Amino acid sequence: MTDNTDNPTPSPSRRSLLGWGGAGLALGAAAAGGAVAMARTDDDPAPDAGTAIAFHGAHQAGIATPVQDRLHFAAFDVTTDDRAEFVQLLKDWTQAARRMTAGQPVGEGGYGGLPEAPPDDTGEALDLKPSRLTLTIGFGPGLFGKFGLAEQRPAALVDLPKFAGDNLDKNRSGGDLCVQACADDPQVAVHAVRNLARIGFGKVVIRWSQLGFGKTSSTTPEAQTPRNLMGFKDGTRNIAATETGRLEKFVWVGEQDDPSWMTNGSYLVARRIRMHIETWDRTSLQEQEDIFGRDKGEGAPVGKAKERDEPFLKAMKPDAHVRLAHPDTNHGATILRRGYSFTDGTDGLGRLDAGLFFLAYQRDVREGFIPIQRNLATDALNEYIQHVGSALFAIPPGVRDKDDWWGRTLFSGEA
Amino acid sequence: MRPARPVSVAIAVAAALTAVTGCTEKSNAADGDHVVHVTATDDKCEVSKKEFPAGHVELAVENKGSKVTEVYVLFPDDRVVTERENIGPGTKQRVTAEVKAGDYRIACKPGMKGDGIRQTVKATGGKAIQRDPRLDKAVAAYRAYAQAQADETLPKAETFARAVKEGDLEAAKKAYAPSRIGWERTEPVAESFGDIDPKVDVREDGLEDGQDPATDWTGWHRLEKALWQDKKIGDRQKELADRLITDLKDWQNRVGKADITPTSMANGAKELLDEVATGKVTGEEERYSHTDLVDFKANVEGAQQSYELLKPVAQENDKALTTELDRQFAALNTLLDTYRPDPASYDFTSYDKVGKTDRKELSDAVNALAEPLSKLAAAVVK
Repeated sequence: MTDNTDNPTPSPSRRSLLGWGGAGLALGAAAAGGAVAMARTDDDPAPDAGTAIAFHGAHQAGIATPVQDRLHFAAFDVTTDDRAEFVQLLKDWTQAARRMTAGQPVGEGGYGGLPEAPPDDTGEALDLKPSRLTLTIGFGPGLFGKFGLAEQRPAALVDLPKFAGDNLDKNRSGGDLCVQACADDPQVAVHAVRNLARIGFGKVVIRWSQLGFGKTSSTTPEAQTPRNLMGFKDGTRNIAATETGRLEKFVWVGEQDDPSWMTNGSYLVARRIRMHIETWDRTSLQEQEDIFGRDKGEGAPVGKAKERDEPFLKAMKPDAHVRLAHPDTNHGATILRRGYSFTDGTDGLGRLDAGLFFLAYQRDVREGFIPIQRNLATDALNEYIQHVGSALFAIPPGVRDKDDWWGRTLFSGEA
Repeated sequence: MRPARPVSVAIAVAAALTAVTGCTEKSNAADGDHVVHVTATDDKCEVSKKEFPAGHVELAVENKGSKVTEVYVLFPDDRVVTERENIGPGTKQRVTAEVKAGDYRIACKPGMKGDGIRQTVKATGGKAIQRDPRLDKAVAAYRAYAQAQADETLPKAETFARAVKEGDLEAAKKAYAPSRIGWERTEPVAESFGDIDPKVDVREDGLEDGQDPATDWTGWHRLEKALWQDKKIGDRQKELADRLITDLKDWQNRVGKADITPTSMANGAKELLDEVATGKVTGEEERYSHTDLVDFKANVEGAQQSYELLKPVAQENDKALTTELDRQFAALNTLLDTYRPDPASYDFTSYDKVGKTDRKELSDAVNALAEPLSKLAAAVVK
């Protein structure tokens, strides 16, 4: 009403930033297609926290995009059995996501409409900057049991095996759909998930969700590697947003991979990893450093001086975390991590309910997360952590332009 | 103390007096304009004129019948503009009202019962408010529904109260949930009388700071606690049973005067679902009796009644919305039916036997209905 794509009046500060950072570039990237997509704003290694990340591209934003500070991740179950209705939901979600990532409110906005009716947008992100919001959708194994999609289920979308030490809570696991919302402002991320959930009522229901507050991985190597809640730098050699070759090899599904609808997509493993914070804090510095295989101050691998020095794995204890997780110990297996720390208050026993919400993207989990996690069965760190939630999603390719929508390649019949 | 104050007050009083005087003179001069003579008999309600200027109107009522009567000025949706009860045979009464331009009804109710005998009248001049007659009809029908719910509740509440007063624990338990159905169906209307709701439907945690549960907590839920948790009926409970009936009679008498509009009907339907979402689906409402699903069902029925009455207009404005609402009402009702062996009865599964997963399923179904229902008001006034 008072707001539309051409004239988004209710949020001047979001709009003014959008002018140069958002829509213009997004359309440019879309017009030029996938080849140019790598040149979009999210590859800028030192982005301004207030800017908008282009929504359109060959790949979904929120994977190689420089990691934002905050996360709201939500897993949904699909309740509708009407394929057309579900496709419409994906289109409605795409449109809402396109607007929100550009810093615009959903629908006709957060105010100015009929006084007797609730506004289209919930309003808590009005006047806030786009905050580099990215929204990334994924399809879980359960979705392929519906809508006649069984034949489309990727072989790589396996049912994850049980790993040593898993103590999975089904209320924090699985899901037919996921939405990963990352932003530099937690309110912007929460607003996005809340509005998508609202649009989804009657078709999908939230199964579980997780807030994350501090990134634990970086896709911008020149930036400092963030620390996890154990106080350690981990993931120093994570794949950078600019490493096109490693992204193609380890993260993006290639044209030669099956199924073809997943080309330019990826696979996401999400694990809620609880940390036994109190016992960790009572562990001696020497033991902490031995467990990780790095020193706590600089983050240098055992026997080396600098964080980025090439680790000499044999110098570490056989059960050191870095040694077991390193690609050299895993036949080169490599994943892109963009996990977040979480703290959900206390657990009823006075212990901090905290840990790492692990998010890892890879071209094929059978060559990525699964062998690495199996190798970590003897990890010394396991005494201090426990995997309590788990989910796997197929991440479809990006939305190319304003006529495209999330999941179009999967639902090709409706394209 | 401050000299300026008395002076300004004096001026204001003088101005007001002038205005009143002027008004009186004017109305005397034009007595025929603003006075409507109403002659009520046992089967007629005659009015001296069917059109009068908007503003002050006075009904000069004479009851020439043999029964006590009452006279109403009503909006087209049956909302009461003004009324005068207990006009005895052979007596005269004057009833006054301020009215805007528009259509009204004057109704006489010989014997003070039923809808009354009606005359359509019109106030002219000034700005008239145009309303869709279908919506007025919907509001009038909903008003009748709310009244019927109150009327039907009273005997059920009296059965409940009687059992309490007889100290019959089992009979009281049995009569408890049915006595609430009419209230729960029309909760937003009932709650619009802000002073009745806290007397009959408050829960212990709803008491305000400084209120003493022993003396200030009244109504259904206090008795619920006595029956299911304390498992005994004392003198205080017997008093409370009487008090509940008194308060519900107050509701019954006032429900016809509730301010109801098409949008308040639409939003009232949504509010009924909100009641479910915040109170029933969590098991907070009936924490001792666990009869939450009875309330749940009544809330949904009330919402559906409101929706069905507004549907002809809403459907014209937003077909997709009414299709979705039809589907979601059906889905929720089907789900609720799985919790009662007989779809004709209100014997639902005790809510403490409904597990976490099933509660989530109920909650999801409520969200699926309440979200589109929140768009009904917009579809009605479009």
